[in-house]
Amino acid sequence: MLTKRIIPCLDMTEGKVVKGIRFETFRDAGDPVKLAKVYDRQGADELVFLDITATVENRDILLEVVRKTALEVTIPFSVGGGVRTVEDMRTILRAGADKVSVNTGAFRNPKLISDCANIFGSQCVVLSLDARKTGPGEWHVFINGGRTDTGTSVFDWTKKAATLGAGEILLTSIDSDGTKKGFDLELTRFVSSNLSIPVIASGGAGKLSDFAEVFEEGKADAALAASLFHFGELTVPDVKRYLKTKNILTRD
Amino acid sequence: MIAIIDYGLGNLASVSNAFTKLGIPTEISSDPLVLTKTKALIFPGVGAAGEGMKNLAKKGLTKVIQEEVKRGKPVLGICLGMQLLFDKSEEGNVNCLGLLKGQVKKFRKERKIPQIGWNQVTMKKLFFNIPDKSFFYFVNSYYCLPAEKSIIVGETDYGEKFASIIVQNNIIATQFHPEKSGKVGFQLLKNWRNYYVD
Repeated sequence: MLTKRIIPCLDMTEGKVVKGIRFETFRDAGDPVKLAKVYDRQGADELVFLDITATVENRDILLEVVRKTALEVTIPFSVGGGVRTVEDMRTILRAGADKVSVNTGAFRNPKLISDCANIFGSQCVVLSLDARKTGPGEWHVFINGGRTDTGTSVFDWTKKAATLGAGEILLTSIDSDGTKKGFDLELTRFVSSNLSIPVIASGGAGKLSDFAEVFEEGKADAALAASLFHFGELTVPDVKRYLKTKNILTRD
Repeated sequence: MIAIIDYGLGNLASVSNAFTKLGIPTEISSDPLVLTKTKALIFPGVGAAGEGMKNLAKKGLTKVIQEEVKRGKPVLGICLGMQLLFDKSEEGNVNCLGLLKGQVKKFRKERKIPQIGWNQVTMKKLFFNIPDKSFFYFVNSYYCLPAEKSIIVGETDYGEKFASIIVQNNIIATQFHPEKSGKVGFQLLKNWRNYYVD
């Protein structure tokens, strides 16, 4: 049986991990490559790198991180932030990433998804989207780092993205992000049960039971967390040990 | 030297990085001469079967791969590379290299396709330092259905059982990505070099 995946996320700016770093036990806490190695050793199933500033000047720094990470880790990783063109994606894949996530760039130009899927394969194309609840059972897609309401429903956009060839959805709940009160189960279940591609739930992880809930009730295929792991409040092995007691299969 | 076949599909860097980490030199090449001279081939690839066969033809590699493998050169097929070794793929209904008897089929039982993530391999034959039921990293919508069941040495369940490792003489192929499968994946690459290439 396919396992559920636990994915640490590294938010970066200018080549440094920025979100909630307090890794007291590790020196060089802000170094993404070193963190990536730690998570690989801990048994993380995959890694996500997001360049949250994603300026042109930062692109070379990001690529350098990707190159170094590719040489060091033994698990798949995706890279995203400011990807607008097929060339952007090609450069990141060439640097050694396994997948590339697209967000605002794909929303503005949906053809980016089909173009990239046709050239590199759907498995490389992760649609990252930020969602906020706008009414009962209704969520909108927000772009520009979650600042702009597109007015488009999450249902319509995820369906379209899947049809265009996205291989996976990285679904972040703006409402839950940073709250540590658990994943948005309603949103996750809504998206995951309406799609035939895997969904990675993101935003809100705060305790062990959140992970069991997002898999069982949220029907997520993978769960992502950033500061929770960076702060060392929970480790990847903690989460996996807990899931085992709940009979949820993960990689040992 | 071991050559990684470059036919314009897939993350070749991750395969070569993995061997670099193991201290095993490889060379990425699409030159038929290099592929003829090298002592073993790695046939990686992700993407669509039709695109794969088209690219092999365009680069003039179809024949050289068929000949070298038939001559007994060790080859390691990975993911799409495994599928292309068979007769025919349902994906785009294309004829493949025909080095292994059998077909490539689409998953039909599970709702989520592609299969993305870590799945277990039940070993019919044990590999050095790789426990039975180890987890490997998969990304696939299609799987191989060998005509000869005896070549299946690893099986995996994704709604239906499928061949995740096959061995036939000089051919070894895995549906998963050993280069992305942590410790056990790296062990498999090392074993291949130690027992099949050298």
